[in-house]
Amino acid sequence: MQEYVIIIISAVLVNNIVLSQFLGICPFLGVSKKLSASLGMSGAVSFVLIIASFITWVLQTYLLTPLNITYLQTIAFILVIASLVQFVEIVIKKFSPPMYKALGIFLPLITTNCAVLGVAIINIQNEYSLGKVMVHSLSHAAGFTIALLLMSGIRERLEDADIPESMRGTPIALIVAALMSISFLGFSGLT
Amino acid sequence: MNLKNEFTKGIVRENPLFRLLLGMCPALAVTTSVNNGLGMGVAVTGVLLASNIVVSSMRKIIPPGVRIPAFIVIIATFVTITDMLMHAFTPALYTSLGIFIPLIVVNCIILGRAESFASRNTLLPSVIDALGMGIGFTLALVVVSAVREVLGAGTFFGLQLLPENIPALIMILPPGGFIALGCLLGLMNKFQKKTA
Repeated sequence: MQEYVIIIISAVLVNNIVLSQFLGICPFLGVSKKLSASLGMSGAVSFVLIIASFITWVLQTYLLTPLNITYLQTIAFILVIASLVQFVEIVIKKFSPPMYKALGIFLPLITTNCAVLGVAIINIQNEYSLGKVMVHSLSHAAGFTIALLLMSGIRERLEDADIPESMRGTPIALIVAALMSISFLGFSGLT
Repeated sequence: MNLKNEFTKGIVRENPLFRLLLGMCPALAVTTSVNNGLGMGVAVTGVLLASNIVVSSMRKIIPPGVRIPAFIVIIATFVTITDMLMHAFTPALYTSLGIFIPLIVVNCIILGRAESFASRNTLLPSVIDALGMGIGFTLALVVVSAVREVLGAGTFFGLQLLPENIPALIMILPPGGFIALGCLLGLMNKFQKKTA
């Protein structure tokens, strides 16, 4: 039990996927201007991240390792993620049109979100069991959501701030991210 | 088509990192030392060059409907090759870049160039474009990592520049990446405005 708690705390706070591991920076900077958009994005990413972690773990354990073709890991994983994203898009479109409308534009972008492939690879590198894989990916999804929501909350307020012209947009977003990252460094004593 | 123009656009005017804001993840994560930054830049340039060559020469064979999955497979193949080569020949660099080597596959620069340039142009311009973009990205990584290494560790390429107690450790910790890139982007914007 304790191991699981450590995995959760370390994934959500100490090794936050965006702020200390630098995975998924593109959506973090790209869609964090509006709170509603970032909610949609983090929902879609969490969804794909968790399912992708499960499928890639099964693939690695029951196919790549027994057949001794682990060098195909990168190719196999990215294909799984790409087709999964496509599949999720079709399923959501069919069964829940309102949700599709909300997530629609973000779904194709997830294929090139390094958070998904990154977590899948970290799962394998740490040699987690299936239970740990699920907990680990769930907590990384939560960490991503927290970082994205905090960021978009701050950026909505930044709209009114008086910022030097050359720092507007991405530069100031990066400085904000730096400050958030510094405060997340404070959690490093937890584990 | 002006080949010289295709080459220089990637270095200055359309620099993938500073102007197009592509490839941010590796740019923040591996730039803790100039050595890592340079290694990452060279690896990305290699993959970019190889994938542009293949995509450009197969652009008439790949059906438009499945081009994105096809590009991803081509890129993933070269990333795997790069991964194995680096594991064999530069084990130290391989360990310090770690997970970011397989993650080159989701680097937006490579898919972006395949989609927007190589799939529409002949072989020679695609090679030039890949070289320009790759060198531009490498230079950008070297600049970011030079700032971080000099300020954070007081060294440059491992050479001691500042006395040991001066460096601000924060610059080589994760927040330093955000600060360095944010300030550099701000400076680029200011500089750009003056010349324009």
